[in-house]
Amino acid sequence: MTLSVRLHHSFAGFTLDAAFDAPAGVTALFGRSGSGKTTVINAVAGLLRPDQGRIAQDDHVLLDTATRRNLPPHRRRLGYVFQDARLFPHLTVRQNLLYGRWFASINDGPSLGSVVDLLGIAALLHRRPNALSGGEKQRVAIGRALLCNPRLLLMDEPLAALDEPRKAEILPYLERLRDQTATPILYVSHSVAEVARLATTLVVMDAGRVLRAGPAHEVLSDPDAAPLFGLREAGAYLIARIAAHEDDGLTRLETSAGPLLLPRVDAAPGTRLRVRIHAQDIILSRGRPVGLSALNILPATVASLRIGDGPGALVQLRAGDDLLLARITRRSAQALNLATGTPVFAILKSVSVARDDVGTGPTPRLPDCAP
Amino acid sequence: MPNFLAALGPDEWRAVALSLRVSFWATLLSLPLGIVVAYVLARHDFWGKQLLNGLVHLPLILPPVVTGYLLLITFGRRSPVGGFLEDCCGLIFAFRWTGAALAAAVMAFPLMVRAIRLAIEAVDPKLEQAAGTLGASRPWVFATVTLPLILPGVIAGAILAFAKAMGEFGATITFVSNIPGQTQTLPSAIYGFLQVPGGDAQALRLVLISIAIAMVALLASEWVSRAVARRISGT
Repeated sequence: MTLSVRLHHSFAGFTLDAAFDAPAGVTALFGRSGSGKTTVINAVAGLLRPDQGRIAQDDHVLLDTATRRNLPPHRRRLGYVFQDARLFPHLTVRQNLLYGRWFASINDGPSLGSVVDLLGIAALLHRRPNALSGGEKQRVAIGRALLCNPRLLLMDEPLAALDEPRKAEILPYLERLRDQTATPILYVSHSVAEVARLATTLVVMDAGRVLRAGPAHEVLSDPDAAPLFGLREAGAYLIARIAAHEDDGLTRLETSAGPLLLPRVDAAPGTRLRVRIHAQDIILSRGRPVGLSALNILPATVASLRIGDGPGALVQLRAGDDLLLARITRRSAQALNLATGTPVFAILKSVSVARDDVGTGPTPRLPDCAP
Repeated sequence: MPNFLAALGPDEWRAVALSLRVSFWATLLSLPLGIVVAYVLARHDFWGKQLLNGLVHLPLILPPVVTGYLLLITFGRRSPVGGFLEDCCGLIFAFRWTGAALAAAVMAFPLMVRAIRLAIEAVDPKLEQAAGTLGASRPWVFATVTLPLILPGVIAGAILAFAKAMGEFGATITFVSNIPGQTQTLPSAIYGFLQVPGGDAQALRLVLISIAIAMVALLASEWVSRAVARRISGT
């Protein structure tokens, strides 16, 4: 199922001109505040009527200004999770969850029980929304959207209003949603960390335009795109599988490029993970270093290189099946004589990977990785 | 108290009963229209909105006698509208209790609309949007989200309108006169008793009854809207 979006819309002092395709999985719309992300998602939801455009999910046309077709929101069969949960205060959690079922005879689709289990909200069913914490409200809002059996799930910064512990509480549920349901998700965010954990497709927006769109691992590791994420936040991810928990508190992972040791990851051996590696945490070496405290040394080749005007350089690496991004100095890039195709070793300190940078979940890129 | 009630003459009883009947129907029948007008004023922008707003509030500002006179020339039996209503539906307003109800409804309408409009404006439109994305059409959104959330305001508006209808005097006496048993409401009766020598005691009894009805209505509205608000917010 692919959502295709073509939009043109003008406000006072702002023009949106965006086009992208969102295949199955999580398509993240990333950009600063005011870049037009929410305008796009509201147009997809039918809450905003663009001047011109066409929005279709395969052959199901939601909007086409050329043929004057514009389905109202309630006939678009989508679930929208807002930044503020927008639960109905006069209904219990259970009534909120089942709200969408009052209007459509939905026989297929997830059952109340399965959604309640997925989101861990069984204990909340008989409470009222104003007796819930922010994180609980947001989980109920996600469940309410899911129970409409939507053809498309829209999420507008669902974690932005939450503090860090609440975000960490909800991210695993979103990962399960991505990996266990077939519903495509359009996810608006301005957090690189969230995008790196969740996105399978990434659309980067700025000032109403799409600057980059493509598979998340390609866009995140693209040296030319890195400035859009901020150099400190830039970085791609490795797909890994837990091999074993070692006695000294480390967890050994397998990646397509070789073994990776991280501080203990609380998951069973065999669990598939997505490990975000900040570009600034990678050290490059032409030869395999010896006598080094860093535990992780992955062989890689330079896929592309961007040397800017400043002192820095960004290097895209191919490590096995994965793409990584390393940020080094221009001087180092010249000293190592780096060019596309140069074989290097990427060195990574185990402790530089934060707990929140490790997410679960298979991606379409590792079909051979059995659970 | 029993002595006090036993002292009420048939005319006084009839005035009390008539006032209750007039106010009840005036409130009940104008409530749906009041909700619609309040919703339109709160949620829509359209050409002529200020005109509608002014029209709704006019009875609040005009001298009641003027409103009564306007009703008389609009709904009198020899006016086109009054004649048409009599011919088609057998509905006669002039010098009937139905006319008193119409006058009371018109006079109370601004208060009712105002209370309901404030309640609607306090409902976050984002909740209604969310309901739309969950598959609810506009009428369903109104029935399942907006209406339950504005219920305290609707009740407050209805009680306010009822109280105003109970006290309506100027427009009523101008439009339907002061016929005992027909159009003599509580305020008209009080006024009538005050016009005849020795009617003071009767007037005073009716005044006390007016005060009692007003107090009961006020307390009931407070109690009901609190109960509803508690239920809605779930605290």
